[in-house]
Amino acid sequence: MGMNSATEGFLTTRLDDIAGWARKNSLWPMPMGISCCAIEMMSFAGPRYDVARFGSEAFRFSPRQSDLMIVAGTVTYKMSHVVRKIYDQMPDPKWVIAMGACTSTGGMYRSYSVVQGIDLFVPVDVYVAGCPPRPDNLLKGLMEIQKKIERGEKPGQREKIYIEEHA
Amino acid sequence: MKDTVVEKLTARFSESIEFINEYRGELTVVLKKKAIVDVCRFLHDDDELHFDSLRDLLGADYYRPDDRYEVVYNLFSLKNKFRLRLKVRIDESDLHVLSVTSVWSGANWQEREAYDMFGIVFDDHPDLRRMYMPEEFEHHPLRKDFPLMGIPGSLALPRK
Ligand code: SF4
Repeated sequence: MGMNSATEGFLTTRLDDIAGWARKNSLWPMPMGISCCAIEMMSFAGPRYDVARFGSEAFRFSPRQSDLMIVAGTVTYKMSHVVRKIYDQMPDPKWVIAMGACTSTGGMYRSYSVVQGIDLFVPVDVYVAGCPPRPDNLLKGLMEIQKKIERGEKPGQREKIYIEEHA
Repeated sequence: MKDTVVEKLTARFSESIEFINEYRGELTVVLKKKAIVDVCRFLHDDDELHFDSLRDLLGADYYRPDDRYEVVYNLFSLKNKFRLRLKVRIDESDLHVLSVTSVWSGANWQEREAYDMFGIVFDDHPDLRRMYMPEEFEHHPLRKDFPLMGIPGSLALPRK
């Protein structure tokens, strides 16, 4: 956004930029909490880590009202169809955070029933490491999504972002 | 209590019992396959024994040439605070065994699980569908010859 002549009481910008600015500060997550990582996702929404500071406190349990899917948990083959269906119901532009080792790679479940990484069936924007990741790590993931939106990236053209675990 | 159980069982079902084993205070009775419902019904209905609770029912794969599978029934009598384990052995050539859902209806899902994981078919079960795996899946994952990482292509992923 260009802050031209703000002193004179107006500013100029592009529509994309202002829409992006609004979008990035009001990402509404779809809490796809499937197993233990979801507990940390709740704490990320709760008062201590307080995701409301980033405008994402409105967890929507309807995919049609959300634009960020946080997949938090072990996705089995049977569940993968549900995850994909919910992703398909979200309106564009939509973003996906793969939270935790299980969601990103299958984690410790190297077995027949667990999908070895959800990027096998949905596009992922940010991977958050940890088992489970700390809520502040997930906040970092959310901030990376905000940066992507700010840079005007479309969910289709992705540069993957990996959030490392901090000691 | 142990002696009463053994006495009553041998008195009525002597020809259906393969052997009785006691190890560390746990009583195990291995039965012939076709007797399982009669024995269970007796243990459940008998006023003195009163095995009213089926604590667990599970399948097991020993991966041996004869009698490869086993179905294990862990019973508990709330009245006597006594536990009893029943086993039946199942050969690969005939994977059928009678369902005990008529005795304890809680066996319903546990038998479905054993069917899903080992392919043991429980005859007279009211609703023998898979428990965990998708309906169209064709294998039984807890069998010893099933590869840990599964069979590629046997489980469908959604289209990307
Ligand atoms: S990554 Fe760890 S905490 Fe998260 S769902 Fe998997 S096992 Fe649970």
